[in-house]
Amino acid sequence: MNIDSITNGIVLDHITAGKSMQIYHDLNLDKLDCSVAIIKNVKSNKLGRKDIIKIDQDYSINLDVLGYIDPEITVSIIKDGETIEKKKVELPEKIVNILKCKNPRCITTTEQGIDHIFKLANREKRVYRCIYCEEDQKTTN
Amino acid sequence: MRHLIDPMDLSVQEIQEMLDLSNDIIANKDKYSEVCKGKKLATLFFEPSTRTRLSFEAAMMELGGNVLGFSSADSSSATKGESVHDTVQVVGCYADVIAMRHPKEGAPLLASLKSPVPIINAGDGGHYHPTQTLTDLLTIQREKGRLGNMTIGFCGDLKFGRTVHSLIKALSRYENIRYILISPKELQVPDYIRTEVFENNNIPYQQVESMDEVIGELDVLYMTRVQRERFFNEADYIRLKDTYILDTKKLKNAKEDLSILHPLPRVNEISTKVDDDPRACYFRQALNGKYVRMALIMKLLGLEVE
Repeated sequence: MNIDSITNGIVLDHITAGKSMQIYHDLNLDKLDCSVAIIKNVKSNKLGRKDIIKIDQDYSINLDVLGYIDPEITVSIIKDGETIEKKKVELPEKIVNILKCKNPRCITTTEQGIDHIFKLANREKRVYRCIYCEEDQKTTN
Repeated sequence: MRHLIDPMDLSVQEIQEMLDLSNDIIANKDKYSEVCKGKKLATLFFEPSTRTRLSFEAAMMELGGNVLGFSSADSSSATKGESVHDTVQVVGCYADVIAMRHPKEGAPLLASLKSPVPIINAGDGGHYHPTQTLTDLLTIQREKGRLGNMTIGFCGDLKFGRTVHSLIKALSRYENIRYILISPKELQVPDYIRTEVFENNNIPYQQVESMDEVIGELDVLYMTRVQRERFFNEADYIRLKDTYILDTKKLKNAKEDLSILHPLPRVNEISTKVDDDPRACYFRQALNGKYVRMALIMKLLGLEVE
């Protein structure tokens, strides 16, 4: 299967197979009016299978969201058909308005209009801690 | 601007300064009687609490300041749906410092992000109660003359008791303390206290189910209430309930200089006959709570007396 290469835009590569739709939604790529290609289950030497997303325009990508969902992803910025920058994402130290605290006793369950902020508590176990009630939340990704 | 949200926000040195100031206030009450003249403390109690609120209010009055506030969410604009961050921004226009109790965990931290004046966490659900921890530290230091080199027993509900967790964490920064944790299996300290506080710091601790076997080893005994509803079955409750009640008979095996603490309120876990024993410190502890809050208010307002 062939997908045209892009001239100006972004390629998200090495996405864990099956996660591309989640990324598509969480990055709000459905709101873009350019072409977005989701390529699923591509053969990969490194991962066995992987997904790829190609975005056919310059776009300020939220690397924290990406790092939280799948820290294995590589981000390539394409300009005039050339890769001008490759970024490796990682689990962010702090995430804002990506997770919601599940602790029913937490103030975030009743207070409207505040940022839901978590800090990375254990990188190895991928545990984030709500800054308000300090309840741990393990990422399921 | 400083707030007090978590007892661990304060360094060991800052805690010692607070305890030193508390001791000076106790020794020279007149010297501090007008230090907060013209200042106002707002007590925003979104859930009822008698001792903590009155202790804060008495503390501010003894410093010559004034108090305003509410004692339950029903009598505040929270019933109209006002948010915590709006409430503190409004009250911050009227008061110089705010003491807040809220049933939701993290509410005082949220308040501190928006408040124009210092916020004191006066208890947020089962989370923190830092002024109780400062009270406990002041009491241990005044009774024992030190905050290290001792064996301290915690007895009762160690799973849900926030005062226990806070005090264990605060004491973990002092040298040579051995912990004996006396509770039914269902009410043992949470795993994070065992791993993050004791094991990661190589702090010795022992978990037992009965007070009788260890009471003779203790320098400090911190009692808490065991609630019947916390037990999974009635048989365990009946089997174990008496072991968590401190009476004069159990005290016969205790050291002469044991210090018995309790955050109060007590129900029946300490026999009233123990109250007359000089080793019972819990009413002195309640009094210390007022003095440590006086010191805290002064520190947060940046006030000093020559």
